[in-house]
Amino acid sequence: MRRLRTLIAAGAMTIAGLTSTALAAGDAPLPPAQTWAHGGVNSFLSFFKGYDYASVQRGFQVYKEVCSACHSMHLLSYRNLHDIGFTEAEVKAIAAAQEINDGPNDQGEMFTRPGLPSDRFKNPFPNKQAAAAANGGKAPPDLSLIVKARAHHEDYIHALLTGYTDAPAGFELSPGANYNKYFPGHAIAMAQPLYDSGVTYTDGTAATIDQQAKDVTNFLAWAAEPKLEERRRVGMMVILFLVFFAGIMYAAKRRLWSEVH
Amino acid sequence: MAHAPQSNFENPVVNWIDQRLPIFTMMNKEYGSFPTPRNFNYFWNFGALAMFVLVTMIVSGIFLAMHYTNNTLYAFDSVERIMRDVNWGWMIRYIHANGASMFFIVVYIHIFRGIYYGSYKAPRELLWIFGVIILLLMMGTAFMGYVLPWGQMSFWGATVITNLFSAIPVVGESIVTLLWGGFSVDNPTLNRFFALHYLLPFVLLAVVVLHVAALHITGSNNPLGVEPKGPQDTLPFHPYYTTKDIFGLTVFLIFFASFVFFAPNLLGHPDNYIPADPLVTPAHIVPEWYFLPFYAILRSITFAISLPFTDVVLIPAKLGGVLAMFGSIAILFVLPWLDSSPVRSARFRPIFKWWVLLCLVPAFFMLGYAGGKPAEQPYVLIGQLGTVMYFAFFLLLPIIGRIEKPLPLPASIANPVLGGNAATAK
Repeated sequence: MRRLRTLIAAGAMTIAGLTSTALAAGDAPLPPAQTWAHGGVNSFLSFFKGYDYASVQRGFQVYKEVCSACHSMHLLSYRNLHDIGFTEAEVKAIAAAQEINDGPNDQGEMFTRPGLPSDRFKNPFPNKQAAAAANGGKAPPDLSLIVKARAHHEDYIHALLTGYTDAPAGFELSPGANYNKYFPGHAIAMAQPLYDSGVTYTDGTAATIDQQAKDVTNFLAWAAEPKLEERRRVGMMVILFLVFFAGIMYAAKRRLWSEVH
Repeated sequence: MAHAPQSNFENPVVNWIDQRLPIFTMMNKEYGSFPTPRNFNYFWNFGALAMFVLVTMIVSGIFLAMHYTNNTLYAFDSVERIMRDVNWGWMIRYIHANGASMFFIVVYIHIFRGIYYGSYKAPRELLWIFGVIILLLMMGTAFMGYVLPWGQMSFWGATVITNLFSAIPVVGESIVTLLWGGFSVDNPTLNRFFALHYLLPFVLLAVVVLHVAALHITGSNNPLGVEPKGPQDTLPFHPYYTTKDIFGLTVFLIFFASFVFFAPNLLGHPDNYIPADPLVTPAHIVPEWYFLPFYAILRSITFAISLPFTDVVLIPAKLGGVLAMFGSIAILFVLPWLDSSPVRSARFRPIFKWWVLLCLVPAFFMLGYAGGKPAEQPYVLIGQLGTVMYFAFFLLLPIIGRIEKPLPLPASIANPVLGGNAATAK
């Protein structure tokens, strides 16, 4: 038993060591920890937590009305919106509101048509070069995985969206750049995207900057890890089974070995 | 039936097969009645665990390969398609990604056990050497596997690590071009890495077969390090160790599943969810955690080695780092001959025991810590200290074996095991 304890201690030490690996650098302060209904995409102790779908839906509205002017989400299809509570008719309507370039048709011509649920989210720019040209030389990042692709995940996205302030005295801000407290290096090309009542929520929620930031972060978290709830649900069953089975095996082993000890 | 003994299985089908190809006899001999020291502790579970993880990796990997697209334009998105649209794809990928980490955790503990209990000593030197070859193959396979999702860390990790070979004098640059299949990490690199990532696990499996075959010739070492002297010292592998291994496996699976289902990205790096971009270098390029100790050794050679009192550089810093890094694995090959003590188990070696626990083990953790930090002080110093401790551990073993006075060895395994707690309570 003592040796088993040593093993467990060694394992814990290993994990503690591993997770201290260098992540995002820079002089930006740590993003303040927020409370997320789903606990966070990378949160370990959130076994039973799931997304706040009302917030995720509001977040989709923020993405659609604000972010999608510049940011693509090319890993998502309109049909995926079904998973966050939109009905099939709503998904069809959301998709059909977009003009999608398709083709070539039988005559070899490109054409446009209304979007279908099977289409990927429409890219605001025809190609990467156009996106870069329209945004000071650097294409805005695709948002499909942004929550998993940044250290501190949801907290960072929320902090970034709410972190616009005036540059402190003496801070040299190049033309076209904006000051953000939480962006590494502080000079960010993206202008402040969210304003109080910048969107109008249909469910009556007050659209403060903070609320919009939370909602869109929830939406982006879902977009980055859409299988989070299934993963945790299956995980609970797997762990329950394994604990049960470990008990059986331990009893079997004890009983068997009692003959020879 | 000139060579095979007559089979005596009750099932006529089994009997029929066994008389023509005695696989059932073999299985019974090697995994049924196989005499195994009776005094294993739980450290002896880790060989079986490693075998289990290897099979898990191969099986999950084959399913991933069915859906993965091996092209720089599509690789990243094809992995995301597995995560989103392939049935249970997210689980298969998280099992595979975390399985790599599990493999290294298990194998590092397995190696620690081998060192602590002197399992590399005669007559098990070849068994040990096969093990080191397995470690090397694992490292190559894992490194190339991490490149396949074609994220930022995939790309830049591949660039940094393959560039190491350019430090080799004269032929270095040509080797790098050969590895890349061009003049930078690009589509040909990804193609050959995928091919090799699929191939190497089967080579690894073949070496594992040799490793296990050699084990079954010499028999297992045990915590006391004294050879079994008769049937009173051993137990049949089945049911005693099959039961114990399955119990250990289940506990390990709880640990494994906790990562897969509740923290699948904890051991990864956020940057690898950004598609590879040759024009944007990440702020810190770090390899996967299991390479960090070796990465720290590589980076701790920050100085060139010159002819004394001249400016003639014999070994530039980069080459020195590469040599130290490969040396840190190569030295494992000669460990059986560096250790001059005839006593195997650290339990009876008062100096060696603390030499392992206070020099080798801290060195490994210090190196792992320093390897994950940026190349600045104090991390460089911690890495350098770790490097010195790591190599000192091996290089001073011949002296330790000579000056150490081992404790008296038990007469046999059965004696201390059955004769009370005197020896086992340690």
